[in-house]
Order: sequence, then C-alpha cells, then structure tokens
Amino acid sequence: MRRLLNARPRVGGRLLLGLLPILALVLLYLVVATARHTENPRDKITPIPAAMAAGIQTMAFEADPRTGEVPLVADTKASLQRLGVAVGLAAATTLVLGLTIGLLPYVRASLGPLVATISVIPPIAVLPILFIVFGLGETSKIVLIFVGITPVMVRDLATHVAAIPEEQIVKAQTLGASTWLTLLRVALPQALPRLIDSLRLSLCPAWVYLISAEAIASDVGLGYRIFLVRRYLAMDIILPYVVWISLLAVIMDLALQAWSRTSFAWAHPPRNAR
Amino acid sequence: MSKLAFRNVWVEYGSKIVLEKVDLEVADGAFVSIIGPSGAGKSTFLRLALGQEAPTRGAILLDGEPLSPEPGPDRGVVFQRYSVFPHMNALDNVTFGLDCAGSPLRGRLGGKARKQAREAAKALLARVGLEHNFKTYPRALSGGMQQRLALAQALITRPRILLLDEPFGALDPGVRLDMHALITELWTEHKLTILMVTHDIKEAFKLGTRVVAFDKRRHDPQAPHRYGSTAVYDFPLDDKKSRAVPPVLKALVSAP
Repeated sequence: MRRLLNARPRVGGRLLLGLLPILALVLLYLVVATARHTENPRDKITPIPAAMAAGIQTMAFEADPRTGEVPLVADTKASLQRLGVAVGLAAATTLVLGLTIGLLPYVRASLGPLVATISVIPPIAVLPILFIVFGLGETSKIVLIFVGITPVMVRDLATHVAAIPEEQIVKAQTLGASTWLTLLRVALPQALPRLIDSLRLSLCPAWVYLISAEAIASDVGLGYRIFLVRRYLAMDIILPYVVWISLLAVIMDLALQAWSRTSFAWAHPPRNAR
Repeated sequence: MSKLAFRNVWVEYGSKIVLEKVDLEVADGAFVSIIGPSGAGKSTFLRLALGQEAPTRGAILLDGEPLSPEPGPDRGVVFQRYSVFPHMNALDNVTFGLDCAGSPLRGRLGGKARKQAREAAKALLARVGLEHNFKTYPRALSGGMQQRLALAQALITRPRILLLDEPFGALDPGVRLDMHALITELWTEHKLTILMVTHDIKEAFKLGTRVVAFDKRRHDPQAPHRYGSTAVYDFPLDDKKSRAVPPVLKALVSAP
C-alpha cells in the first residue's frame, strides 16, 4: 500500500477533486435555501436562485431610473478605477523604493526604518486622517489602498533585491556596469517577477481597503452597494455582488500570473506535478 | 615586468587578523594557483585582488598604480556559483559586458554595434563549446556549461587579470578535466594573468605556473585569531618535472 503522501491525483482527477467541495457548498446552500423558502416564502436571508436571478436582473441589466446607469456597471467601473489607480501607483512606488533600498546601502540606511515603521500602522486607523486631509472624494479612497499595500510590497521587494547573490553584483561590476546599469539590467529584471507575485498577494488587502472606504463614504462602487442594500436585508443582491467581486479578483490574479509566466519564463522553473 | 603586487598587506576584522604581511608579486602572464586549508584567507586574498575588499594596511599595486578599491572591468572573475545572470540567455549574458561599455545609459547596444557585439559573443560562446546554446537560460545548462558560459562572459571585455574562485569545485571529475583543458587554452590564447583559488591540490599543480600556499605561520592556542595567514609556500613551476605535489604540502592541505 502506497503512503498517502505519495499518492497523486491525475490531471483530470485533480480538477474534479477541486470542484467537489465547491459543488458540495453550493448544494448545501440550495438545500438550506429551499427548506427555508418552503417554510416562509418571504424569507430574505437565504434567497432561492429565482430570487437572486431577479436581483441580478435589476442590478445588472436595468438602468437605475435616478442615475440612468446600470448599477452593477457603474459600481464595477468606479471600483476598478479606484483599485487600478491605487495599485498602479503602489507598484510604481514599490519598484523605485524596493530597488534602491535593496541595492544601495545609503538608501537602505535612510529609508529602511521609515518604511518598516509605516508598514506596521494599521491603514484603517489612518482612514479618518485621510478623510480629513483629502476629503470624501476619490483621493482618500485611492490613498487608503496605496498606504495599505505599498509598505509591505516595498519591504518584500527590497528584501528580494538585497538577496540577489553578491557574486552577481560583483560580476556585473567586473563587466563594467555602473550603479545605474546594475540597477537597470541586473536588479530590475529580477525584481519584476517578484513584484508581480507581491501584487497578486496585495490585491487581497487592496480589495479590503477599497470596500471599507466605499462602505464608509461613497455614492457609487461595489462596496457602497453592498453596504447600502444591507439595510434592506437584500441578500438577493449582496450574494451576487460578492460572487462578482470574487470573480473579478480571480481574473486579476490569473492575469497577473499569466503575465509573469509569459514575460518572465526564466523565473518559473518547470515543476513536477505535485 | 611585474603586474600585480601585494606590498605588506594586512586584513583585520576588529581584533581578528585574517591576513598578515602578505608580500607577493604576480608576473604578467602567470597562472597562480592559491591553495591552503579552510579559513586560511584564500578567499579574502582573492577579494582583495578583486577590489571587493580593501586591505587594512599595506598596498596593492597594478602596474605600479594603487588598485582601485572596487571591482572593475580590468579584472574578470568566475565564481564557483552564481556567476551568470539567471534572467539572461547565454548570448545576452556574454554581450552584457559590451553593452555596459558601449551604452552607459540604456545598457543595451543598438544597430551595428549590437550586431558586432552579438557576433563577438557568438564566436566566444562557440570557443567554449556553447555554440548550440545561444538562447538557453542558465537554469537549463549543466554545471559545467554554466562555468563555460561564465568564462565566456568574463573574457568578452578582455580583462588583464582573470580571478577564479574555486571555479571547478562543484563539477564532476570528468567535466572538471574538460574544463582544465579549456582554461589552459584560454589562458594562452588571451594572454591572461590568472589567480585561481582551489581546494584541489592536484588541480593547483596541474594548471598553475606557480603555486602559492596560504596558512598561519604562528599559532597562539590562547588567542588563535590574533595571528593571520600569509603566503607560507611559493612554488614556481617552470617545467613539467616539478609538477609533482611536494610532500610538505600534502600535510598542509588535507581533503577539503
């Protein structure tokens, strides 16, 4: 008998095994929802599929008579714009700071402690400051996401760059590379795949900060909508919104992963299926 | 005329003395093997020659001029590991030196210069036996091929001195023999001055024109760190006859 730790599912089997728990959860929900519905047809806590379909219909396919826009489209556009701008700024800042802190001892000595200090401040705690300083508009939401994810990403990238073997840095210099060229052609290309990995991990907290900011002060956005309809116990809208947000997050994660695999193939050694 | 000269060089880390009173002259075109037990300062000596570290006392002269205190293109190096850039294919690894020299801002040559650089790199890669691996990334190369690549990469900028830090230490015996032949040929073809640190005493005597052994001259049992190592033996190897390993060294350098 083979040990359990040596037994591996085949490709098809792996897919099936991965789907099973998800299907089980969906099934469990359907059973509970149907049971509750038969007992009380006006139950709002666990809407049956038909109710959710009606919710999706109003939110995703009909224009809001007040704004003239389809709510789901307007919310998605607003949220993705905030997320995109913030994550883009965070990535650019991380690249500059992470590379210089990781490679240059003087920058590390002067900025390292500051970044380490900022990264331990809980971002939500500074949200009131951001609202006071930047107002309730787009800026404070973008800054919250930026402040929330950048310090950790900078620290991660700086550590990664600092861990480039000394031999490589010396080798580059013996080949005539200046500080700039070592940064540009040795450190930067090796930092990029790590930055993408770091972005993938940071998207999770980025969504948390986005939804928090939208929940507190906003008039459009995915987080705003969820917290708005919460007042009416509108689970038939909240649940599809949560699924939609998860779907967006998964797509972003897969896109970043695909980008890393195609553009930085050297950083992805072929793995044994495990 | 002497090329590289160490004049009364000391290296100290706080109260610990690593190298003491190193006086050594390396002639143009010499192949110096550096041996010694672990912790005898061989690698520190190479770091000095590389400019990765500055002596606490004394002077290192290159053609009578003080050596610049940081690594530069006049001294090439091949380490035991991590010598090549994992994010560049073989060809880019070799052209890197030319890119740096010709394009200080972008680090990439363009147009005709780029074509020439690639031709030169291809010729050098073919010379070290990697003519079928221009587009291969280091990860996909064997240990011996990676060291061949590292040699080509180091030689493209035509360094005057080549420093080798246990370059064949991680290779299989058969591959090691091939590399011995290659490095000897490259040494003659490129008229290099080579300093090679090695753990393998037979390799040291087989390849070198001179073998320098580092060890501590004196031991203080109460404070072993207070005496540093220095060049205790210095064997010129003028002809093939003298290439047998002297018995005195067999005691000095046990298996690594």
